[in-house]
Amino acid sequence: MKIAVFVKQVPDSAAKMAVDNGTVTWGEAPLVINPWDEYAVEAALVLAEKYGGEVSALSLGGESAKEALKHALAMGCGEAILISDPAIPSPDAGATARILAAAATKLGVYLAIFGKQAIDADTGLTAPMTARLLGWPSLTLVAAITQLDAVAKSIRVERGIEEGRQVVEGKLPAILSIGKDFGEPRYPSFMGIRKASKAEIPTWSLAELGIPAPEIKVSWPEIFSPPPREVSGDLITGDSAEEIASKLVDKLLAAGVL
Amino acid sequence: MDFHLSEEHRMVQNMVREFTQKEVIPVIKEWDRRQEMAPFILPRMAELGILGINIPVRYGGQGFDYLALGLVCEELEAADSTLRVVMSVHMGLNSMALLQWGTEEQKKKFLVPQAKGEKAACFGLTEPGAGSDVAGIKGTAKRVGDEYVLNGEKMWISLATKAQHALVVLRTAEDPHEGLTAFILELDRKGVKTGDIHGKLGMRAGSTGWISMTDVHIPAGNRLGEEGEGFKIAMSCLDNGRYTVAAGATGLIRACLEASVKYAHGRTAFNREIGQFQLVQQKIAYMVQSYEAARLLYLRAGWMKNQGERNTRETSLAKWFATDASFDAASEAIQVHGAYGFSDEYDVERYLRNSKGAVIYEGTSEIHQLMQAGYALGYREDADLRCELPSYDAEFWQAAG
Repeated sequence: MKIAVFVKQVPDSAAKMAVDNGTVTWGEAPLVINPWDEYAVEAALVLAEKYGGEVSALSLGGESAKEALKHALAMGCGEAILISDPAIPSPDAGATARILAAAATKLGVYLAIFGKQAIDADTGLTAPMTARLLGWPSLTLVAAITQLDAVAKSIRVERGIEEGRQVVEGKLPAILSIGKDFGEPRYPSFMGIRKASKAEIPTWSLAELGIPAPEIKVSWPEIFSPPPREVSGDLITGDSAEEIASKLVDKLLAAGVL
Repeated sequence: MDFHLSEEHRMVQNMVREFTQKEVIPVIKEWDRRQEMAPFILPRMAELGILGINIPVRYGGQGFDYLALGLVCEELEAADSTLRVVMSVHMGLNSMALLQWGTEEQKKKFLVPQAKGEKAACFGLTEPGAGSDVAGIKGTAKRVGDEYVLNGEKMWISLATKAQHALVVLRTAEDPHEGLTAFILELDRKGVKTGDIHGKLGMRAGSTGWISMTDVHIPAGNRLGEEGEGFKIAMSCLDNGRYTVAAGATGLIRACLEASVKYAHGRTAFNREIGQFQLVQQKIAYMVQSYEAARLLYLRAGWMKNQGERNTRETSLAKWFATDASFDAASEAIQVHGAYGFSDEYDVERYLRNSKGAVIYEGTSEIHQLMQAGYALGYREDADLRCELPSYDAEFWQAAG
C-alpha cells in the first residue's frame, strides 16, 4: 500500500510575524515543517507499520522546503519528493490542491494524508480541495484510524470534533487530514537523521506531473496588521472567594455581559 | 575554515532540543525539588539512542562523531545539568574508555549493551580521601588466580545507584601512579553496595552516590588495559568526560542567556523594560561573550577528537572556561531576575546551584589553571598513550560491522 503524506515548510510558530508594505515577513526566524504535518507523518508511519506499505513525503515549495522533507525522512518516511516549478511562485489553496492531486495520482497512492491545516495561512482547505478534485472521500480532523481493509478498500476513522468523536467510514483511495488527538508525533531518529542528511531529493515540475500551471484565483491585494485594541485590566480583591465572586458578578451585570 | 554545523549536526541538535523541551523542561523543576532522578530519563535517553550517540554502529551505537556528542551535551544541559551528567559518566568516562582501551571481547560484552542503552554505566575514580589527588587512591584489587578481588570505597559517583556497569580504578601495587589499574565492575556482583548522597547544593534531579566493594570477585578479563595503566586510563577518561562537561556548561550559559533576555524584555522598572538599562545589558553582553567563546572552545576540542589529535590541553581549557563562565552567567542571570531569580519560581536559581558542581568535578578550576600554566611554561607535556581515542572514521563508524 502506498501512502503519500503532504508537508509544508512554514515559519516557526515562535516567529514574530509582521506586515511590511503589504507583505508578511517573519525576520530571521527559521522555517520548519508545519507542526500539524508532523501529526500527518506520524499517522502515515503508524499505518505503514501496522498494515505494511511505503510512505512518500511530498512538499510543494521552493528549495527550502527540502528541509521539511528531510524532517519527514528523518522521522521514517521512505522517500521524499519536492514539487517545484517557477511557474507556480505562490499558489492559492485551489492551485495547490490541483498540483497535489496530480502528484497523488502520479504516485498511485491509496491514502494521501495531510495535517489538519498549515500554521501560516491556517485555511485548512488544501486537504478537502484535493479530495474534491480527485473525487476521493475527504476524512478530515482524524483523531484515530480504527480500521483499514486493503482488500475491501475501506477505512474507518474517528474524527475529533468539538462535540466528541464521530465515526466515519470511507472507500479507498481517500484523503485524510490529521488532528492533534491522533497522538504526539515521534522525533526524528538518529538513524533517520543520517539517512535524511544523505538523501537526494528529486524535484517534480509541472511538466513531470503532466499538468499546466493552475490558475490562481485568490490574491491578497492588501494585508495589514489589525489595529491594537485598547484593553484594561481590573483586579478584584476581597476577603473571601464568595465576596470576590459577588463583586465579579456585579461587574459583569453592569457591563451587560450577563 | 567552516564554522557552519552540518545538516546532520543541526538535525541532531534539533531532535535533542525537541526531546528536552517536550519531556524534560516541563517537569524537571519538580524532580529537582524532590531531589530524585526522574525514572523516565535513562530509559528515554536509551530509547532515543542518545546513550550511544557517538559509538560505532557495530558496537551498538548510532555512529555519529564526537562533535555530535558535544552538541547533544549542550542541548541536554540547556534543560538540566543532570541529563548531561548522564552523558559525562555513561559515555565520556566509561563507554569511550571501552572504545579506546577495551579488547574486542570487552567491547562486545560491555560496550554494546551500554551503547544500546540496555545497561547504564558510571565511573569510579574518586574516593572519600582522594579526589584531585588520584595517586592517593586506597581501594585495592588483588590478583587471585583468574580473578581479581576488589576492596574499597568510591565516592561522589554519578549514577552509582542507577548504573549496571562501573569503571573503577584501584590499586594493584604500591607505586602512587604506576600501581593503579582500571576494572570493569558489574554492580550486581556480590560484595558491591551502592547508595545515594542527598543534601547536595545542585544536581538534585540527578543521581550522585557511592560504591562500596567488599571482597568482590571479578574475572581477570574485566581488567581494562594492563596492570599499572589505570592512571593513564583515568586521565584519558577525563579528556572525554571533560569534553562533555565543557559542552554542557556551554548549554547552561545559553540557558542563562535565554532566560535573562526573556526576563529583561518582560519586566519593567521605572516605566521601561529592564533590558534598556545599561547595567542589565552589560550582564547579557558578558553571557553572549562567554557562550560564544565556550562554544568555539568545545567545538575545537571535538574537532580534534574527530581528527584523532591529542586534545588534553584544549579540552582542559574548554572545560575550565565554560564551567567558570557558566557559574558567573547563572549568578548574573539571577541578578537580572532580581528577587524572582532568588526563588525557584524561575529556573535561574537551579542553574546557579547546578553550575557549581562542574567547577569542582572532572578537574577543579584550580587543577585546570595548573595544567594550562604547565603547558604554557613547558613544565607539562602529553606522553603518547598505548591506545589513543580512535579518530572518527565515518565509514567504520556507520557500517553494521
